[in-house]
Amino acid sequence: MVHQYRNNGYNIVLDVDSGSVHVVDDLVYDVIGFLKDDPSKTCEEVMARFAGQYTRAEVSEAMEEIRTLEQNHQLFSRDIYRDAVLDFRNHPTVVKAFCLHVAHDCNLACRYCFAQEGEYNGERALMSYETGKAALDYLVSHSGNRRNLEVDFFGGEPLMNFEVVRKLTAYGRELEKTHDKHFRFTLTTNGVLLDDEIMDFCNREMDNVVLSLDGRKEIHDRMRPSRNGKGSYDLIVPKFQKFAKQRKELGKQYYVRGTFTHFNLDFASDVLHFADLGFDQISIEPVVAPADAPYAIRPEDLGIIKEQYDLLAQEMIRREKEGRGFTFFHFMIDLTGGPCVYKRLSGCGSGTEYLAVTPWGDLYPCHQFVGNEEFLLGNVTQGVKRTDLVSTFKSCNVYARSECRDCFARYYCSGGCAANSWNFHGRIDSVYEIGCELERKRVESALMIKAALAD
Amino acid sequence: MKHIKTLNTRSLQESMKKGGCGECQTSCQSACKTSCTVGNQTCEKSR
Repeated sequence: MVHQYRNNGYNIVLDVDSGSVHVVDDLVYDVIGFLKDDPSKTCEEVMARFAGQYTRAEVSEAMEEIRTLEQNHQLFSRDIYRDAVLDFRNHPTVVKAFCLHVAHDCNLACRYCFAQEGEYNGERALMSYETGKAALDYLVSHSGNRRNLEVDFFGGEPLMNFEVVRKLTAYGRELEKTHDKHFRFTLTTNGVLLDDEIMDFCNREMDNVVLSLDGRKEIHDRMRPSRNGKGSYDLIVPKFQKFAKQRKELGKQYYVRGTFTHFNLDFASDVLHFADLGFDQISIEPVVAPADAPYAIRPEDLGIIKEQYDLLAQEMIRREKEGRGFTFFHFMIDLTGGPCVYKRLSGCGSGTEYLAVTPWGDLYPCHQFVGNEEFLLGNVTQGVKRTDLVSTFKSCNVYARSECRDCFARYYCSGGCAANSWNFHGRIDSVYEIGCELERKRVESALMIKAALAD
Repeated sequence: MKHIKTLNTRSLQESMKKGGCGECQTSCQSACKTSCTVGNQTCEKSR
């Protein structure tokens, strides 16, 4: 399968099934467009099609280059992975990542929160050390021979239970020694309780910290007020700047991560605002919300959002060339060392290798399903009871979704988010169309940036 | 080549032969919690 498009003056040809990306001139672009449904067309047929537009010599030269790519399996390649990926998914299930909900409580009242201000349709609660310990034990004992284990301290707001975070991290380091495992701890925080001591701790122990900030002050404060209605921007931005600077100096990862909604469709300005504040690892994602929420992204918003991705991509190229570039999470594509096809096609891992743990130790397929009793899998002391659900999630991959069959972006999104599919279609093996449309645009933008920076 | 510039060197076909170790990061543990993105993850073997 071939996907070709023009963006920012570049003609880009993506050979979808090999992952090869080619930047081509108009001649080759047109010829590939003619050949892509039937690559067996002869040179004479191609010359006849473009008679009057390109000379025979030009077409002949183009065809020679196209056939070279084809011989090198870089063009008109086919999906040969299906059996291998399905077989891979049939391997015994191991768990390697936990989203640990150490606090179902929050000191902000974000208007779009899928966790209902941290409570996930339930009671406010903090995870006890004992429950957290049982969770880490469960993770280690169900991880098979996987060495790298991931634990994200999540909430609500995890810093409302910082003492338990600290103790669990220490316990994890002990388990590393006794079980030959390596924990990668991460923390997602709104920053309200962040202080020097916590920053020092995170700089020692956290592989990554995700700092929640939505963008310009008025945008952030509108959607992320405190419980008394006051904005939180002024309180947290100086702390995040200090924290990010420290992490940068230490060579440690962080992300300033925001959510954009129908209220700030001009979100490229928010990304650039982050860059102007000195942040260089940035992520801003579209909100996922019920279709009738006033802040929800609507189908008619897609045009402007795509324009914003274009604007952002062009500005990122400009800044990169000026030596003040930054990373935008959704434009990151590693063309030389990205993930293998198994990773790309077998789904996100929710309900199988990635689980969420509530403050009570209950297990759910991922953080987005927490609080939905239909998806309660079991708990960390008695283990997974709903093996039927695990099997359902296990079978949820690119090949299970008919919508992915003809989509060029399927090697980049792994079939999309099961929770989004559930929210919009009541099943986990469908797709969330707005999300798909935006993912395709982001992939196109990311490849164009690569093309521009290769000039 | 005169008309074509190819940007990458690693092919997905090759990754099928050596991939599947499962040691890489889970996508929702990085910086996205509401959309699924794997194309930007790094292969553990190339870290």
